[in-house]
Order: sequence, then structure tokens, then C-alpha cells
Amino acid sequence: MNTIHDMGGMHGFGSLRLDIDEAPFHFDWERRMFAVQQATGRLGLWTIDMSRAEIEAIPAEEYLIDDDYFRRWVPRLEHFAVRYGLASVEEIAAGKALVPPRAGLVAAKPASVEQFVARGNSSMRPQAAPARYKVGDRVRARNYQPATHTRLPRYVRGRIGTIAIVHGVHVFPDTNCMGVEDRQWLYSVEFDGREVWGDTADPNVMICVDVSEPNISAAA
Amino acid sequence: MTNSDHNGHHDHAGDHSELSETEIRVRALESIFVSKGYVDPSTLDVIIDLYENKIGPKNGARVIVKAWTDPAFKQWLLTDGTAAVASMGYTGHQGEHIVVPENTPDVHNIVVCTLCSCYPWPLLGLPPSWYKSAAYRSRVVLDPRSILAEFGVTLPDTTKIKIWDSTSEMRYLVLPMQPPASIGWSEDKLIELVNRDSMIGTRMATDPATLS
Repeated sequence: MNTIHDMGGMHGFGSLRLDIDEAPFHFDWERRMFAVQQATGRLGLWTIDMSRAEIEAIPAEEYLIDDDYFRRWVPRLEHFAVRYGLASVEEIAAGKALVPPRAGLVAAKPASVEQFVARGNSSMRPQAAPARYKVGDRVRARNYQPATHTRLPRYVRGRIGTIAIVHGVHVFPDTNCMGVEDRQWLYSVEFDGREVWGDTADPNVMICVDVSEPNISAAA
Repeated sequence: MTNSDHNGHHDHAGDHSELSETEIRVRALESIFVSKGYVDPSTLDVIIDLYENKIGPKNGARVIVKAWTDPAFKQWLLTDGTAAVASMGYTGHQGEHIVVPENTPDVHNIVVCTLCSCYPWPLLGLPPSWYKSAAYRSRVVLDPRSILAEFGVTLPDTTKIKIWDSTSEMRYLVLPMQPPASIGWSEDKLIELVNRDSMIGTRMATDPATLS
């Protein structure tokens, strides 16, 4: 979806704030938000792409509040809580449980955290068909404007690049965001900076973007 | 919504006197989820401790030092980053698939996630604020030299800059160039040169002359 999250190439966000200390959390609520999100993710109710799609649906003016990454996690988890029957709007407003819990959910145990984090959750899947492209092939990124989640940034849509790496078969975000696991070859596609940004751009910049096979086509 | 959450407020866990709207909303979620049994409070403590105190850029630095001192490992790291870092125990959540591009005098690599803030957690921990900022995400793909300038890095115009936009579940770790003056140093000393930003590509490895 073409929302504020897709900000590659935009002007107007000013200088970097390198004066902010580099601790992972700056407020106790960030620490709590991070941990509650990680722990509720373990309930298995949503995929990573559903989770990203929810952030992308946040209106621009709210997304940019304090330019705070963890701040965006708050409305996301509130929306998920209501959608998946974890809490009602009334409970969220009241700040406490008012009705019995959704049945059948099991909280992640503290002793399970280390193993879960060490194992991760790979997006890679077995290869059912050969890759359509190989390193060095010229491809054009798909030009389309889905109103749903995609990991194809606007700045490369319609642009021609070269396959730099074949990453194997991975879950396809564009359908996984709707809870449908499709499996597609994934490539790193290298774009010349001038192809993306025009003739006046720095001739010595290249941008590599990971793109799923349905989102590229062969280019002459 | 308030714009004042970050203005003048500092981290004051336990101080309930002036809760922001954001704090109240986070507290509401946590409290409901705990009381309904979806979340074990001890699990929250373990998660916070892990990412605040245990997983951090020293992991990535150990990988870089091994690559600087062991040519066979370096070759493995560059051709199968996932297996190479897994051999050191640095695999897992938000780092399931690792690619390591190598900086050379001709090519300088920089990592970003323009769409959110993807970052190799098992190797570098959680990202710093600037990495997640709109300023960095928007500009580094369009004008990377201006970003490097803000970090005090100036490269020759002829050096190619390659930006890696983390738009999939692949995660990228830059192999910075080893400062020539540090050739032959012990691993313990070398690790002091591998600053976090050098593994993102926004700085070079630390100049040995600046170490005390």
C-alpha cells in the first residue's frame, strides 16, 4: 500500500538525530511495548506480514508522531487485540479485563524465550520449481499499486535492474499479509542509481532490493 | 494523541505521577493480557533482559574479527553468511537468513530498511533510533553520501556505494575493511575497532590511532 511507511527517496525529514543515545529503549513504556508485542506474537494469531500491514495502515499523521518506532506498535496491538478477540474496545478504554479470556490460547513460558529466539522463524521453503532468473539477468520491477501489503518499494517500481543474488524460495509477503502462504523465489535485484533517480543522480550509487519473483519480469 | 511524549520526559519507570497517553495505552494492553492469561509477566522480563542486556553488537563484532583473522571463515561468511554466523551461535529471530557484503576500496556497502526497520537482531541487537528514523530511511537510498557526511565519513566520488534495502527476511551485515595498522593484532584488541555503525555501513572501522 502506498502509505507513509514507503519513504525511500522522500525529501523533508531533516538531519539525523545522532545525539540520541543508542540504548534500545528510551522509555519504560517502549520496553513494555516491545516485550508485550513479542510475547503476544507467540500466540500464533498473525504472521509477520499481517503485522507489517497493520503498521502500514496507520495514518501518516499518526505514523510520524515523534518519529517513534515503538509508538506505532501501540495502535497495532490494540487493533489486533480487538480483531482476534483478545480484548474489546471497552476493555482497552478501561485498561482492565471486563469479560472472560478467549479460550484456547497458551501464554509463552519464560523458559521458552531463549530457544524461540535462537531458533527463529525462517521464511524459507522447499523449492518446488526452478528459479526463473539467474544472476546477471536483467529484470523489470513490477509497476503496480496494491492497496494491500507488499515489500516492493515504490521507488523501484517499473525500473530495470540486474539479478545480484538468488536467495531461494521464501514466503510471499503480498499474500502472507492476508494469511495465505504462497511460496516464491526471492532475488536481490541491483538497480543503478540513475535508473531509479534519473540522469542527474550520483553515477556511483547502486541499490539492492529483495524482490519476489511475481514482482519482476524479464527485461530486454 | 500527544506530541509531548518525548519532550522533557525521561525514562522514569515507577514514576506514576505524569503518565502520557502512550504509557497509559501500553499499560492497558499489558494489564489486560496478563490478567487474561495471554502473557506471562515473567516472560516479559526475560524478553526485555535478553534484548537490553544480552544480544548486542558485540556478537556482530566477533564475527567481523573472525573474518579479519581467518581467511577460510571470511570466505565462508561471504558465500554463506547464514551458516557461517550460525557456527558462532548468532542465528535466530530476525536474523534467520544473513548476507554479508564486503567493503573494499572500490565498493562501500550500507544497510537500510526503507519500509520499516528490519535489522539483524542476533548480530547487532535492536537498532539505534537513527536507523529507524524517517530521515535515514528516506534519504540513504537517494543521497547516501549526505548520510555518510553526517557520520563524518567522506568517500572518494569514484567509490561505488551499494545500498542494501532489507525488503525481505534476508538480513544484511556489512564486513568493514580492517584498518591496515591493526594487522597482526589479537582478537581481543581487534574487537575494539568494530563499532556497531561500521557493520551497518555508516561508519568505517574505528581508527586504531584513536584507541587509548
